[in-house]
Amino acid sequence: MSERVVIDPVTRIEGHLRIEVLADGEEITDAWSQTTQFKGVELVVQNRDPRDAWAFTQRICGVCTVVHAIASVRAVEDALDYPVPKAADLIRYLVLGSQMVQDHVIHFYHLHALDFVNVANVPNADVAAAAAAAAELEPKYALNSRNRFQAVQDQVKAVLDSGQLSIFTNGYWDHPDYRLPAEVDLIAVSHYLDALEWQRDMIRINTIFGGKNPHPNFLVGGMASAINMDSEITINQVKLNTVQGLITKTIDFVENVYLPDVVAILGAYADYLDIGRSSPSFLALGKGGYSCSGEPSPPDGFKPGLILDGKLEVVDFDPDKLLEYVTSGWYRYSEDSEAGLQPWVGETIPDYTGPTPPYDWLADNDKYTWSKAPRYDGRPVQVGPLARVLSAYVQGDPETVDDVEPLLRKLNAQPEQLNSTAGRILARAVEAVQMSRELQRVFDRLVQGIQAGDVQTFNPDKWEKSTWPAESKGVGYAEVARGNLSHWVRISDGAVSNYQCVVPSTWNSSGRALGERGPYEEALVPHPLVRPEQPLEPLRTIHSFDPCQSCGIHVLDVTGQEVSWTKVQ
Amino acid sequence: MIIPDGELWVEGQETLGQHLERRGVSRRRFLEFCGAVAGVLAAGPLAAGKAVAMPSAEVIAQELENLEKPVLVWLQLQECTGCMESVLRSGDTTVEELILNLVSMEYNELIMAAAGTAADEALIAANKKDHILVVNGSIPLADDGAHCVIAGRSAEAILRESAENAVAIFAVGACAHWGCVQGSRPNPTQAVGVDSIITDKPVVNIAGCPPIPEVITASLVYTLTNGAPPPVDGQGRPLFAYGDRIHDFCPKRGRFDAGQFVRTFDDEAARNGYCLYEVGCRGPNTFAPCPIIRWNLSQDWPIGAGHPCIGCTEVGFYDRFTPFYEVLPNLGVPGTGVEADATTVGLVGLAAVGVGVAAHAGVTAFNERRATKAAERVYLPLVGDVPTRERPLDSAGGAAPTSGAPPGPPSNGSSGPDASTKEGDQ
Repeated sequence: MSERVVIDPVTRIEGHLRIEVLADGEEITDAWSQTTQFKGVELVVQNRDPRDAWAFTQRICGVCTVVHAIASVRAVEDALDYPVPKAADLIRYLVLGSQMVQDHVIHFYHLHALDFVNVANVPNADVAAAAAAAAELEPKYALNSRNRFQAVQDQVKAVLDSGQLSIFTNGYWDHPDYRLPAEVDLIAVSHYLDALEWQRDMIRINTIFGGKNPHPNFLVGGMASAINMDSEITINQVKLNTVQGLITKTIDFVENVYLPDVVAILGAYADYLDIGRSSPSFLALGKGGYSCSGEPSPPDGFKPGLILDGKLEVVDFDPDKLLEYVTSGWYRYSEDSEAGLQPWVGETIPDYTGPTPPYDWLADNDKYTWSKAPRYDGRPVQVGPLARVLSAYVQGDPETVDDVEPLLRKLNAQPEQLNSTAGRILARAVEAVQMSRELQRVFDRLVQGIQAGDVQTFNPDKWEKSTWPAESKGVGYAEVARGNLSHWVRISDGAVSNYQCVVPSTWNSSGRALGERGPYEEALVPHPLVRPEQPLEPLRTIHSFDPCQSCGIHVLDVTGQEVSWTKVQ
Repeated sequence: MIIPDGELWVEGQETLGQHLERRGVSRRRFLEFCGAVAGVLAAGPLAAGKAVAMPSAEVIAQELENLEKPVLVWLQLQECTGCMESVLRSGDTTVEELILNLVSMEYNELIMAAAGTAADEALIAANKKDHILVVNGSIPLADDGAHCVIAGRSAEAILRESAENAVAIFAVGACAHWGCVQGSRPNPTQAVGVDSIITDKPVVNIAGCPPIPEVITASLVYTLTNGAPPPVDGQGRPLFAYGDRIHDFCPKRGRFDAGQFVRTFDDEAARNGYCLYEVGCRGPNTFAPCPIIRWNLSQDWPIGAGHPCIGCTEVGFYDRFTPFYEVLPNLGVPGTGVEADATTVGLVGLAAVGVGVAAHAGVTAFNERRATKAAERVYLPLVGDVPTRERPLDSAGGAAPTSGAPPGPPSNGSSGPDASTKEGDQ
């Protein structure tokens, strides 16, 4: 007899996600991924000035707070055939790339690690042994000191002893599947705190070029941060020196702490290389941080495309094969709600048919989520760091081969096993290392350009509406923290007439379509679940996707479908 | 709530009982005090004719002795998590200081360890205690709240449950303040701010999209150390952060007064750091501490990095301040006597201010402390909009506001007369 288990709220994610599963014995036999929030930002951006659209769509998500703004300005620039100066392009990469590295680190330590690291075990650690182990594991990291570990242990102990557990309240600390030695738990909690300090420092790269984070500023046609090496207030040598210092710090933490921690922790959870296997198709249009207007052509010969059905080769991406279905989502289509629609002709007509809250169970209904279901050529597709790293590896990208193979050897794993909970975690760390190195290369190019007089950050040629065509459409792609993102805009008479986002978390967290589960759901069937009241194991797998559910809700209206909303206005 | 007095809370390592003992308060005196408290507690329900099991002095003593840190419930409703991300960036009172030393944050979806039922049970347990409530996110009222559901309950129901025993309520961020982007035209989900739902308690609005993290943490620490939330303006925004216009403390103000303006991004003026007013800066209309506190460990701020302020601490900025790159109207001739012009515009804005104040008025003494700073507010509906504060109230409350009746009683956000009224109004 199957038992119904609900995980709601799925915490340590962005947004609101609910997971319903059927469990039999100690195994999950079926699963439903349910996004329980809808904001309708794409309806709000209708009829607005397309130069403002980034500031609206950016607020889809404050975790990946850069990505929707980048995709938006890229889409508008594609529509207006609006070239961007080289320095602005490089600055955009620095902002997006630094935010993505930060995002990956925050995800691992603050949103995921507590699925593997037992805070309640920290007082049991031998501090000297922890310091010795850390020195061996991470010899280059300066904060791995006995004093530091002692202070952290004391602090954790004080919280636990007080009986007021703060954010650790009701954690599954007595779950039998916490496996790490207390010393590793202590090291990890110490790095949890270090990472908080690190992220608030290194994110100043965003502040220097975008004024603040979260939600830094962008600009259609370039970037607003002017460069003048002889001015006190613009980008000058002082600010460039700060950026250089922060990039150095970024590389140091990611290479010397984050990646080694991931490998050490996965070493104790190596069976997760065989747990959480999901849909065997992957989409990647570039390495992490790549973004473009219109057709993708990433640097270094990276072939944008897909790995299909687990066959380790990359086939070309054809946007016409990208269709979105609403058969499990609370939407309908004006013609045929069973059909899939390509984003250019897509529709969003929210149509809530679920139970009136409060409710206990949604999965008895065909429709159970605010996510649409994108499919490529009929297939559910995984996007994200794993898709990108796997694609680069399959293509024989030398840097990726060099980065991945030693890790596979260390974990005694085959490339195919990367399609797993552990594989997604590992790929994210590898990508963070690669992107932090790329930050340095891009920064060097920016500095060399400035030395050569290449200081233009904004192109005024297409700024005025009078230079725009009456009708235009454009697409912007970006490979962002959680996967492939695209914004699709139509502009009519100087205003947005149609806006659509196809978002990583829609790809990954979508419900069923064409009789197949979405990737989150597929990853959970089958899956261990020892204690239904403490669903630690499925949380590990769901978190490995880095859910971002505000991004997983969306979409546009093309043909006046806001009509459906008149009933609530 | 026990208010920290600086000594009590050092290191967070002693209980109240230990603390009192150390400070020479005898157990006997403490029990007498608790007995008095028990008497006070008993008076309420007894006077109201209710039969309630009252705690004894011993029970109260035990509770108090074990109480150390204020409990914090931090909800995230319909939002983007940018406000919690902002808190992670707070430089002085850091998030780790906040959650490990200053308070016991027993519910927050972004960083709490527990999930699912265990998380929801933590929320329910925390809601039963006196607690400080922080809310990120708006409350969508369309479709009986189906646009934001947590643990099977609507955002409205979750908010009402958490507000019941809250001793102080902070609406943090533009979503919780007034609805932000999803609450802008056409507001597809009927998103409203916290103080449209919670009308029987004061709500402090920490404005911004997101707010500066140090303003969020300082508002909480102010409350912990003073025993009451900070004084606020007519919109419920703390004066220590929102008492002055960006324009008045902008380092580019000299350029503005001298008529030295950026005309196009990256022009010669931009490369010399001139004023951004003519490319759309909303600093003259925006009350926020950005030029003073700045962002991300005081590294910089939007205007400092060359982009105009978009006015994200002001209600309705997505409707009233757009298109963002169009110059603010009626702010006088560049370089000439702008203060006079701003004052004139300010007088026009007073009508709008009056509406905003009235919506808040009369609930508690808290509101009476709201300073007259609000009168300095400059409302400039750029596209002819009315201040959006009233719009969500209209759509949210159905017939209630238009009929002049107070908003309806708390519902569970599920069914019942409140929900059916909304349905009928649609």
